[in-house]
Amino acid sequence: MIWLTWRQFRTQAAVMFAAVAALAVTLAVTGPQLADLYRTAGSSLVDQVSSSDQTVYYTGLLVVLAVPAVIGMFWGAPLISRELETGTHYLAWNQGVTRTRWLATKLGLGATAAMTAAGLTSLAVSWWSSPIDRAVNGGGATDTYFPRLDPVAFAARGVVPMAHAAFAFVLGVALGLVIRRTLAAMATTLVVYAAVQISVPLWIRPYLAAPDRTTVPIEPDGAPISIQEGAKQIVTHPEVPGAWVTSQQTLNAAGQLAPVPSSFADCLHTESGPPTLQQFDRCLADLGAQGYQQQVTYQPAGNFWALQWAETGLYLGLALALTGFCAWWIRRLT
Amino acid sequence: MSAVLRAQALGKRYKQRWALQNCDLDVPAGRVVGLVGPNGAGKSTLLNLACGMLTPTTGTIEVCGGRPATGPNQLAKVGFVAQDTPTYAALSIADHLRLGARLNPGWDDALARDRIRRLGLDLKQKAGRLSGGQRAQLALTLGIAKRPELLILDEPVAALDPLARREFMQDLMEAVAEHELSVVLSSHLVSDVERTCDYVIVLVDSRVQVAGDIDDLVACHHRLTGPRRDPDTLPAGQHIITASHTDRQTTLLVRTDTAVHDPAWTVHPLGLEDIVLAYMTRPADAVRDTRPALEVLR
Repeated sequence: MIWLTWRQFRTQAAVMFAAVAALAVTLAVTGPQLADLYRTAGSSLVDQVSSSDQTVYYTGLLVVLAVPAVIGMFWGAPLISRELETGTHYLAWNQGVTRTRWLATKLGLGATAAMTAAGLTSLAVSWWSSPIDRAVNGGGATDTYFPRLDPVAFAARGVVPMAHAAFAFVLGVALGLVIRRTLAAMATTLVVYAAVQISVPLWIRPYLAAPDRTTVPIEPDGAPISIQEGAKQIVTHPEVPGAWVTSQQTLNAAGQLAPVPSSFADCLHTESGPPTLQQFDRCLADLGAQGYQQQVTYQPAGNFWALQWAETGLYLGLALALTGFCAWWIRRLT
Repeated sequence: MSAVLRAQALGKRYKQRWALQNCDLDVPAGRVVGLVGPNGAGKSTLLNLACGMLTPTTGTIEVCGGRPATGPNQLAKVGFVAQDTPTYAALSIADHLRLGARLNPGWDDALARDRIRRLGLDLKQKAGRLSGGQRAQLALTLGIAKRPELLILDEPVAALDPLARREFMQDLMEAVAEHELSVVLSSHLVSDVERTCDYVIVLVDSRVQVAGDIDDLVACHHRLTGPRRDPDTLPAGQHIITASHTDRQTTLLVRTDTAVHDPAWTVHPLGLEDIVLAYMTRPADAVRDTRPALEVLR
């Protein structure tokens, strides 16, 4: 059974691993000079990265984010739906191997290959980007590069891409099994995977490790402050390098959650144009004088690995659950 | 003799539609069974139930003494060549043989290679480039070289031209004689069955109309013609399959275990095709009202 699975899978596997190898070579060539630069420049590295290295940084990020989706669509979704579409499952399921074993072998080999491909890609990209990541965590400017904990970079670093790939692969297989049409299964896999990848950082990841909380006074000379939604919401930018801010709340003098008072908006109101800087500072000082403070909840940079392992567990758990579903479904498939 | 296929009250429903109902069968081992019936009668459903691709909605089915596809041992006993004989288009013939060897404990590699050589096929050729007849032969080779006790073929020649059809059937019969296989094959052409099978099951409108040894069936079905009379006046042992009347004459197709002695009738012998067609054209309600499930004729 392993032979047949490999025989059917080897072309796709060769294409993927050739691409991974090409990427790894590119990174291996350009990586050392970036590491040297970090050794001399430290956190100010972020201002000295060449534009070609900047391109590599973003390309690497996109590739690691894309690999699990590509695996789900092109390895997972067709794995069984193509057999069902062409009727070859009649041939396969009437040999001396049960459907369950047939499925187990295909899932086992495919998921292992998927995790290997995504793991190698993530390893190469994480290694290449580590000087920039360290510079950002060390206090370097974050307007060009993402902290490792930022939702964009988090899914492209460390071990989570392996779990994402395993999940995307089994998701593709499960959808192919249910939909039974290769193209439709591929499209659905992409949509569902993207939806999960957007939902997890929004609603689940912030709670996977205990966050830190800090209360920042509202004052003109303190942490930078910006306003949103017509002065109904205040956003502070405290100096916590590499942190991922998950929520911001305003507290009143009694220390309770409270909306920003309307007096603040009235204070900022002008006949025309934006308020002047002096006016803004004066209004902030007024608000601060009324006892208002800003509470910031964030995941500190030190929680990176705790979050990585927790999310890896989450996605592997989802992949296992989908595997169970596939095993159940294939036995009643007619 | 032990039964190779036994069904009791077997039924299969797809959503609202019954594809097979109240099916009772007891097919002895060592036979070549033809399953005939019009398109959509439930032939594929019955065969897919027999090889375990489908699970019954009602009743039970036993093949070679076990429930279909319940484990490697059971799978090894039954070979299945599906409708349109699917093969992996991207794999070569050699790959298919290797697939068979890897996946079947009882694989007979010498037999498989010998068959491919006799058919004049190139081992390196991709299955997707084969003609319909060659593909059917490849699928049959996989089915036979697995050395099953029972080989099931679902419309194996439906897509083939008459010549390829005849060659395929002859080839199948040689393999059956050589390896003492039991075979169940379906066809919507009675002529295919008449040439190759010694046992027939007629399936119409999701129900088994008649099943039995072909010689026995031919021996006990007769066409009676005579002066017009009411069919209800026939003796108890004679069952009417079809009846037609003109102003003066009555023609009946009857099944009876005893000889017809009434001198008013002229008795004509019937071929298998006549008998099968009679069961197919008989009004559906006649089956349900009089005899919901016909016994196997002896």
